Amino acid sequence: MAESEKTIKLEYEVGKEEFSKAGLASSNIKKVLNQIGIDAKVVRRVAIAAYESEINIVIHSEGGKITTEISHDKITVIAHDKGNGIENLEKAMTKGFSTASNEAREMGFGAGMGLPNMKRTSDQFSIESSKGAETRVEMIFNI
Amino acid sequence: MENYWHSVNLDITKCNGCTNCLKRCPTEAIRLRNGKAEIINERCIDCGECIRVCPYHAKRALTDELSDMKKYKYNIALVSIPIYGQFHLSKKINKIFNSFYDLGFDEVYDVAKAADYLSIALKDRLENKEKEGPLISTLCPAIIRLIQIRFPSLIDRIIKLETPMEIAARFAKKEAMEKTGIPIDEIGTFYITECPAKITSIKNPVGIKKSYVDRAISIESVYSKILKIYPDVEIRKQVQNSSSVGIGWAKANGQSFSIKAKNYLAVDGVENVIEVLEGMELGKLNDVDFFEGYACVNGCIGGPLTMENSFIAKARIRRISEEIGEKQFEAIDRERAIEKINAEMEDWVDEIKPKNVMKLDSDIRVAINKMDMIEQIYKQLPGIDCGTCGAPSCRALAEDIVRGEASIDDCIIRKGQEGKK
Repeated sequence: MAESEKTIKLEYEVGKEEFSKAGLASSNIKKVLNQIGIDAKVVRRVAIAAYESEINIVIHSEGGKITTEISHDKITVIAHDKGNGIENLEKAMTKGFSTASNEAREMGFGAGMGLPNMKRTSDQFSIESSKGAETRVEMIFNI
Repeated sequence: MENYWHSVNLDITKCNGCTNCLKRCPTEAIRLRNGKAEIINERCIDCGECIRVCPYHAKRALTDELSDMKKYKYNIALVSIPIYGQFHLSKKINKIFNSFYDLGFDEVYDVAKAADYLSIALKDRLENKEKEGPLISTLCPAIIRLIQIRFPSLIDRIIKLETPMEIAARFAKKEAMEKTGIPIDEIGTFYITECPAKITSIKNPVGIKKSYVDRAISIESVYSKILKIYPDVEIRKQVQNSSSVGIGWAKANGQSFSIKAKNYLAVDGVENVIEVLEGMELGKLNDVDFFEGYACVNGCIGGPLTMENSFIAKARIRRISEEIGEKQFEAIDRERAIEKINAEMEDWVDEIKPKNVMKLDSDIRVAINKMDMIEQIYKQLPGIDCGTCGAPSCRALAEDIVRGEASIDDCIIRKGQEGKK
């Protein structure tokens, strides 16, 4: 077991306002996790977090990327976008708080549950962002 | 898993090796080997898509025969609900039911009656629902198996409630035992089926150890026999004794309608169901209380073993339902119905388990290695999903190679490109 442990890395580009494609990355991640044999409950949590990340990038950012890394003991999901940052992180983490556009709300998004759901479903959650900068959310799920 | 028996099957003499079924199979259960289709048994959910799309009628359902009645002392026909839409309206439905006596059955049972009872039990389950989000109907066995294979995290949303077929078999068998005194194992119950997935459920039931249904004969196979004998059929009794509520279960929406559900979602056609279940797994449908999904377009009336076009059948059922009305349903004592169904549910002792047929390996480290190999191989494939290699997509070929069931040389497109270099 001395050899370095193999990991799988999955990367998906997510475009700004590409509502029609939201959910593709999470569905693919889910499929791979099922094939690897990850417990259904963990798969569900990862899928929900990845989906919320996709939605966030679509409605709030200039586009970005979802990276998933799978190792034998944990799954890491990183949502990294190109900006324009979150002004008040504390507010953004509050259930029900949203800065989504009217357009997004009319499509049923922007309920203000995205980040709280991502935090709730993951075992470790960290977010880095400031106004005008990139946002990077890292979520870890123990297997 | 090795011995998993299921109904959908291939007549190899008729298969010409085209890729129609390969492409349409929702669980990627079909491969072409040596120019003929092959079904990976444990992946098959018996949805019947391949039966429908095969231009050569090489796909079929394994069923029983009328001659199997010889094996029992007393035979009961459990006539499935889609029968209501199969015959021209000039044919009287009770006379259709009575024609089964002339086919040799000792008793005939209207399965829609069981659906009347189940409508009451289902409503009760939903009214006492504790979980947020949708509960999933058990009616379509192909969808239940699809969930076991592709959406295991939704298993705990499946309502533990038997199907009209199973409940009808229990009611009918018990009534026959009381009436005749014949022991239960000498009574044969024959489901007159619209559906290959239900045939599989008889042999491999979910939740219970053994089904009360013994045999299954397709609607298709008795259809012309009934038409032939119909003019001379004598009415022995009023077999048709269900209401429009139970009859509605033959079509998509029928269950939701029967319980007057408000926040329901009814989806038909296996591809549509997959799309909706994907969303449900991502938590998108938490405002829905009840979900009924059907592999077949229009629900059970679209079953591959029916005769009539499902849209025509649906229109007929609407007409018949209007005529029959809800009288029989109103007459059922609600509390007794719930008790009766709950008593039958005591046999449901097994949990529904995920079917990990897509899993690469039981050791997670090995599975990760294999997944990495799949990604590497996939990059070398053309990505046009032509199916010529015998796998439904380039991705599926990459998986087969890693599972040791195919070779990269099976890809003739890649071979051709290499030759050019």
